[in-house]
Amino acid sequence: MGKLEIKADRYDFKEDIDYKMRFPNGLSEKTIKNLSDIKGEPNWMKEFRLNAYRFFSRRPMPSWIDGLDQLNLDDISYFALASEKKSTSWDEVPQKIKDTYDKLGIPEAEKKALGGVEAMFDSTVVYNNVREELKKEGIIFCDTDSAVKDYPELVKKYFGKVVSPNDNKFAALNSALWSGGSFIYVPKGVKVKLPLQAYFRINAANLGQFERTLIIADEGADVTYIEGCSATTYSKESLHAAVVEIIAMKGAHVKYITIQSWVCDVFSVSSKRAFAYENAYVEWIDANVGAKLTAKYPSVYMLEPGAKANILSIAFADKDQHQDAGAKAVHLAPATSSVIRSKSICLNGGRTTYRGLVKIPRGSRDSSTSVTCDALIFDDYSRTDTYPYMEISEESADVSHEASVGKIGDDQRLYMESRGIPENEGINMIVLGFVGEFVKELPLEFALEFNRLIKINMENAVG
Amino acid sequence: MENRIDIEKLSVRIKEKNLLREVSLHVKTGETHILMGPNGSGKTTLARAILGDKRYTVTEGRIEFNGADMLKLKPHERARMGIFVSFQEPVTLQGVNTLSFLKASYESINSTKVTMSEFKNIVGKNLQRIGLPESVNERYVNEGFSGGEKKKFELLQLLLLKPKIAILDEIDTGLDLDSMKVLSNAVNEMLPETGFLIITHNDRILKHIKPTLVHVMKEGSITRSGGLELVEEIEKGGYKIG
Repeated sequence: MGKLEIKADRYDFKEDIDYKMRFPNGLSEKTIKNLSDIKGEPNWMKEFRLNAYRFFSRRPMPSWIDGLDQLNLDDISYFALASEKKSTSWDEVPQKIKDTYDKLGIPEAEKKALGGVEAMFDSTVVYNNVREELKKEGIIFCDTDSAVKDYPELVKKYFGKVVSPNDNKFAALNSALWSGGSFIYVPKGVKVKLPLQAYFRINAANLGQFERTLIIADEGADVTYIEGCSATTYSKESLHAAVVEIIAMKGAHVKYITIQSWVCDVFSVSSKRAFAYENAYVEWIDANVGAKLTAKYPSVYMLEPGAKANILSIAFADKDQHQDAGAKAVHLAPATSSVIRSKSICLNGGRTTYRGLVKIPRGSRDSSTSVTCDALIFDDYSRTDTYPYMEISEESADVSHEASVGKIGDDQRLYMESRGIPENEGINMIVLGFVGEFVKELPLEFALEFNRLIKINMENAVG
Repeated sequence: MENRIDIEKLSVRIKEKNLLREVSLHVKTGETHILMGPNGSGKTTLARAILGDKRYTVTEGRIEFNGADMLKLKPHERARMGIFVSFQEPVTLQGVNTLSFLKASYESINSTKVTMSEFKNIVGKNLQRIGLPESVNERYVNEGFSGGEKKKFELLQLLLLKPKIAILDEIDTGLDLDSMKVLSNAVNEMLPETGFLIITHNDRILKHIKPTLVHVMKEGSITRSGGLELVEEIEKGGYKIG
């Protein structure tokens, strides 16, 4: 292992931004109307938002997620505008905002390894650019606000169709208040060789960030999308509530990678779902590090024969953090298959929960699912729970499920130390080994970044 | 250069239980000490105290390496000085690749950096010698290893790390005859540079190794020290001697 230079403040720094606009805390129908007016949206979208808001108002807070009751929706501002302009060149991005992304290494990664980048700062997208050769192939990658204006047909056809605004309280909240996020369309047969990346940053305190992403991979298309998220410790009690919708048409492949590294006080409650049609393959590779509470269960609905799902998640919970993460695979056609792997690490009293649902109804013949949950626990006061629900009513289904809880005991630390490996380095090796399966799924640049993220968190946690 | 470890009137406790009472033992380069004794007599406790396992509290006495106090040092610092303590029950490290583990250990103890391909060569030779397949390199540390394989893996580390003082805690248990031969050859070969303290239940190892001294431990104390004749006594009368 090479020595990586570790700076604990790599993600945790704040820029003093002169905000152009910030909504007062609290939420009402007026907030929604204001937002829609500022955006100059068509009426149908305004109606969509208002309907969603009405549903949201009627729904109670989900009680089954421990810790969500600490979220006070009246203490949050629902829109903060740091820059009025969206640029296609980093040079045009206001200096302080650009500094943030420089520190996060985004422009550098863009040059080396990405096909396109979008940067969202608090409530709006401040930068978006796509390589020329990708544009020539008809690939669209822009923020969702622009898509409403520039590609109304596509948006109208698919927006809110995978995750209905009435799906759950937080999907409704996002549908009412969404701002920013990515819109991607990959035409028939086009394979995007370099990944596309969006980076979501929360800089303001007490902010609600409502990223809205829609990815459409047409027949035979192939795309990898990477979502990075981070915030500063100053952005206390903020809420990130995303809705992500993916449509993978016949034979398409979509790989969606999330590297979420929120600081302690962020609540992250997202609805992520994909529709996979005939022989399509959808992968959710999801890393959750930090956040006061994460509630996120990426789903794949396999709607036609031969569709496949791969859902791999990593959760890392330190003191005062709860990662409630998991996966959902719904087999609605014959010969569909899903693989779900969950790996979680908890220490210093942190808590991880795996919550999964696999459905194989009668008629989805010759389908298979495999669910594996591994937890690594450091001490007696951390906690891990597993809720792997399976609803299998098709007799021909091939189902497997394994769960394990490992403990990094004194003996393991001592064994490594006895061979000259210092305790911290030993723990790092164990943790990086544990998450190795996840890291293998990442493009190289991000694998390095992820390992660095884990090391920083381990350094902070173990000291 | 001659190295030595001096254990001077060492008393050790775990929680409220006294496990060692005033144990003294001196091992230096070129010497092989054999420590025998019934189960629970404190042999492993001594190994753990030398290793620096903080669950064991040293209440009295000293452990010195070349005249310098070792007791305040952390286990990895002791290892870096050249002390190797093998584990009676080697620990599984899930997800940690054997080769990366060995390399980290090798680099730390030798304060050096080697490339992966160089290191593979170094390991490869030793693997062959011990009779472990090359495929061990692809596995996780001790995961799914048989009892014998685990002991061979300890032996591999002994060969790789070339310690100045080696404490081998029942490394011979579970080893087949061929591996026993490798072990005794290794000990004899390393002797000019290394001092050995070998904890064993088994006189098989003494076929090819000439001990400097044999010690018998009972109820936390070394009750007798002497030559091979002690081993014969034990064979005849068990640990009633002393």
